Amino acid sequence: MARKLRHKDVVIIGLGWTGSILANELTDAGLDVVAIERGPWRDTATDFLISYAQDELRYRLHHELFLRPAQMCVTFRNNSSQTALPVRTWGAFMLGNGAGGAGVHWNAETWRFLPTDFTLRTHLTQRYGANFLPDDMTIQDWGITFDQLEPYYDQFEYLCGTSGQAGNLKGAVQPGGNPFEGPRSRPYPTPPMKQGYGHVLFAQAASELGYKPFPQPSGNLSRSYTNPLGVTLGQCTYCGFCEWFGCANYSKASPQTTVLPVLLRKSNFEARTDCEVTRINLDRSGKRATGVTYVDTSGSEIEQPADMVLLCAFSLFNVQLLLLSGIGAPYDPNTGKGQIGRNFTHQTMSGALGFFDKDKYNFNPFVASGAIGMCIDEFNGDNFDHGKLGFVGGGYIGEVQTNGRPIESTAVPPGTPAWGAKWKQALHDNYLSTIVGGSCHGSMYSYRDVHLDLDPTYKDRFGRPLVRITIDFHDNELKMSAFLTDKYAEILQEMGAAQVVKKPRKGPYDVTQYQTSHLNGGAIMGTDPGNSALNIYLQSWDVPNLFVQGATAFPQNAGYNPTGTVGALAFWSAAAIRSQYLKNPGPLVHA
Amino acid sequence: MFQINRRRLLETSAIALLLSSQSSRAALIKGGIPWKPGAADPPPVVRPGPWHFFTAQEAATVEAFVDRLIPADDLSPGGKDCGCAVFIDRQLAGPYGHLAGYYMSGPFQQGTKQQGPQSSTTPAQHYRTALAALDKACRSKFGGKTLAQLNDAQKDQVIGGLENGSFELDGADSKEFFKLILKNTQNGFLSDPIYGGNKDAASWKMIGFPGTHYDYRDWIGRHNQRVTLPTIGIADHPNW
Repeated sequence: MARKLRHKDVVIIGLGWTGSILANELTDAGLDVVAIERGPWRDTATDFLISYAQDELRYRLHHELFLRPAQMCVTFRNNSSQTALPVRTWGAFMLGNGAGGAGVHWNAETWRFLPTDFTLRTHLTQRYGANFLPDDMTIQDWGITFDQLEPYYDQFEYLCGTSGQAGNLKGAVQPGGNPFEGPRSRPYPTPPMKQGYGHVLFAQAASELGYKPFPQPSGNLSRSYTNPLGVTLGQCTYCGFCEWFGCANYSKASPQTTVLPVLLRKSNFEARTDCEVTRINLDRSGKRATGVTYVDTSGSEIEQPADMVLLCAFSLFNVQLLLLSGIGAPYDPNTGKGQIGRNFTHQTMSGALGFFDKDKYNFNPFVASGAIGMCIDEFNGDNFDHGKLGFVGGGYIGEVQTNGRPIESTAVPPGTPAWGAKWKQALHDNYLSTIVGGSCHGSMYSYRDVHLDLDPTYKDRFGRPLVRITIDFHDNELKMSAFLTDKYAEILQEMGAAQVVKKPRKGPYDVTQYQTSHLNGGAIMGTDPGNSALNIYLQSWDVPNLFVQGATAFPQNAGYNPTGTVGALAFWSAAAIRSQYLKNPGPLVHA
Repeated sequence: MFQINRRRLLETSAIALLLSSQSSRAALIKGGIPWKPGAADPPPVVRPGPWHFFTAQEAATVEAFVDRLIPADDLSPGGKDCGCAVFIDRQLAGPYGHLAGYYMSGPFQQGTKQQGPQSSTTPAQHYRTALAALDKACRSKFGGKTLAQLNDAQKDQVIGGLENGSFELDGADSKEFFKLILKNTQNGFLSDPIYGGNKDAASWKMIGFPGTHYDYRDWIGRHNQRVTLPTIGIADHPNW
C-alpha cells in the first residue's frame, strides 16, 4: 500500500518552466502547493559553476544534465508498418530533467508565434481555398487569438528580461525589428544582444537582398535586469556555452534565475525532487483527479492527495501519464478518433554551411550566446504567398551561430578525408572562417499518422509501457525545407561565402540527428472535446480539476522556437485558474 | 489504469541510485534555496599513470592507431603524444565504456538506420574484441607484426581498409570499429585537456579556439580580429 500524505490544494507534476510559473501564481493566490519532480534539485551556485560549466564532453556528449534513458525512455518508428525500437541514447531531441527542466539547458530563443499561426486552418482555407491543404494534414485553429495571448507573452518576456527589438508596437511598425510580428503592447524589457561578425554580415546581406533583418529575441540578457518578482539576472558574457549547459552567470532566463528564488521562500510551497510520479489518481467516476502517486529513490510508493493536479512534465511524458492514468480516449490514427496522442509534431530544421576565405574572414565563433544572431521572417508562417509553391508553412531564417565548441561546431569542406593530416589541415583552415550555425527554423504541421501512444513491448524501470513515437516528414515539410534552405544559401552567397553547402531536411525522420527538442502536441487545446484534449485554458475536458501545461497543447508547430508560447500559455492558464476556476471549480468551458 | 508491480519496484529502485550523482536522493525542498558548502560536483581530472582499461598490448595498438588518425606535423603533436589513447582508456573504464544511463532493456533487435544503434555490446566490449582481432589480422598479413610494429604506410593501409570495410576483423565489424575509434579519438583530441586527450590544449591552439574563457564581452564587438587571449581549459581557470 502506498503511504498517503497530507492533502494539498495543488499538486504539480514537474518543476520546469510551466510548473514553476504555475506554482508561483497559485501560491500567490494563497493555495498550498507541492511540486513533484522526477530529477534532482539543481541550482546555479551548486551545479552550473563557472569553474567547470564550459565542458563540452561532460554536458554535450555525455548528456549530464538530461534525463537518462535508463530512467525513462521512448520508442520510435517512422510508420505503423515498422516495429518501434527504444531510443537507447538521445539524438534527435534532448529531454530535460531536474528542477528547471528544459529551462536549464535551452538556448533561450524567446519568440512569439504569428497571429495567423493561431487561426491557421481558417486563415489558409480563406486565402487559398479548402482544397489547398493535403488531405491528411490535421492542422487546426488554437481556439484563442494572438491578441488574447499578447498580455501573457508580455508577462513571460518581462519575467525573463528578454532582450530584443520590437518590430510592431501597438500596430506601428518599428525600424530594426521584425515587421511581421503581431502588435506588442510595449518594447522588450532589455535592448537586443550585441552581435558577432557573422551575424552582422548576414544582416547586411539580407538588407541588400531586400529583406528586413532583426536581432533574435534572446533570453540571454544584453544587460542586467531585475524582474517583477525582484529577481536579478546578470549581463551575458558571450561565453558560448548555452544550449546543453547550465548558465554559470545568472544571465540565461531559467526557472532558477527568474522564479524559483521567490517561490522557494514561500511557506505554502514545497518541492519533492528525485520523486517520479507514476500516475494521476481518479475517483470512481473517472471525472475527478484525487491526486498523484509517486515513487521516491528508496523505492517507496507515496500518494499525494490534492484538489487540483497540474501536469507540467515534458510534452511526451504529459501524454504518457494521461494514457497510463486512463484520462481521455487514446487516439487511433486509423479512425481519427480519440484525442490523447493526436497531432504530435516536431520541427523541420535545415541550414547550410558557409565556407569563407580564411585570409579575409575571422568570425570568432566561440564569442557567442544561445540566442544571439540576426534573422529574417519574410518566409515564416504565411508571411509570403504559397499559392504557386505547393506547400504551406515556413520558418525564420537566421545566422544564429551560438558557439564555437570544438567538437560540435567544426566543419570541413565536402571531400575532406575523415582523418589524418588533411583532416587536421582542413580543421585548422576552416574553424574561424566557417559559418556552421545558420538555421532555417521550419514549421512542422500535424498529420493523421504522426502520433503518440503506448509501446506494446518496451517498459520503463517500473514496468510501465514507454511512450511510442510514430513520426515521419511529409512532402509538404520537405518542400518547405528545400525552399527555405535555398533562400538562406542565397544570403550566404551574398555575404561572400567561397563555398556554400546546402543541408535541406531530408526524410525519413532520423532519431539520431539532433533537430531541436521542440516536441509538441499529443494533448492539444481547442474549442470542443471533439477536436481537442484540453479547452482553451489547458483544462482537461475529461477531468476538469486537471490542467495540462506546455507544448503538449500546440495543435501544430510554427516556424519558431516554442518556449515563448509555452510561457505565455502558462500565464494565460494561470490567470484563468485564479480569476475563474478558484471561484467556481469546474469546467471553464462547457462542452 | 496502470498499477505498479510492487516487487518490480523494489528490484528496480536501485537503478535510480545508480543513475544519479552522489547528491541525488529524494529530497524535500522548502523554505529557501538549498545550499551547503562543498555541494559542487567538479569533473574528475585524468592523471597520467597505468592503463585503467587497456592491456599493455591493446594500449600499444591504440597508441599506434591514434597516432595515424592524428599524425604529428607542424600543426600539432600526434594523437599519441596528445594523450588520445589515455583519453579512450579512461573513457572505456568509466561510465561511457559500459553505456551507463543508456536504455539497455531488451528485446534487442535490429531496426532501420533511422532508429539508431540497438546493440547490447558496450564500447568496452567492442574495443576488447576488435583490438584482439586487429592484432591477429595484422600478424597474419604482415609476417607476425602487430599494428604498432608496421611502418606508417602500412598502418595507413590497414586503417584505410578498416574505414572502407576491406580489412576484415574476425568477430567484429571493421567499419563500425573504425567509426568508433575515430569518433573517440577526435573527441578526446578536441575535449578539454582535463580528460587527457588534448595535452596542453594542442588541438585548441591548432584551430584557434582560446578555450573556456568565461567572459568575452571585450571581444563581441571586435569583428574580424583574432582573439589574443591565452588558450585555457578548465584546469587553467586561475589564469582569468
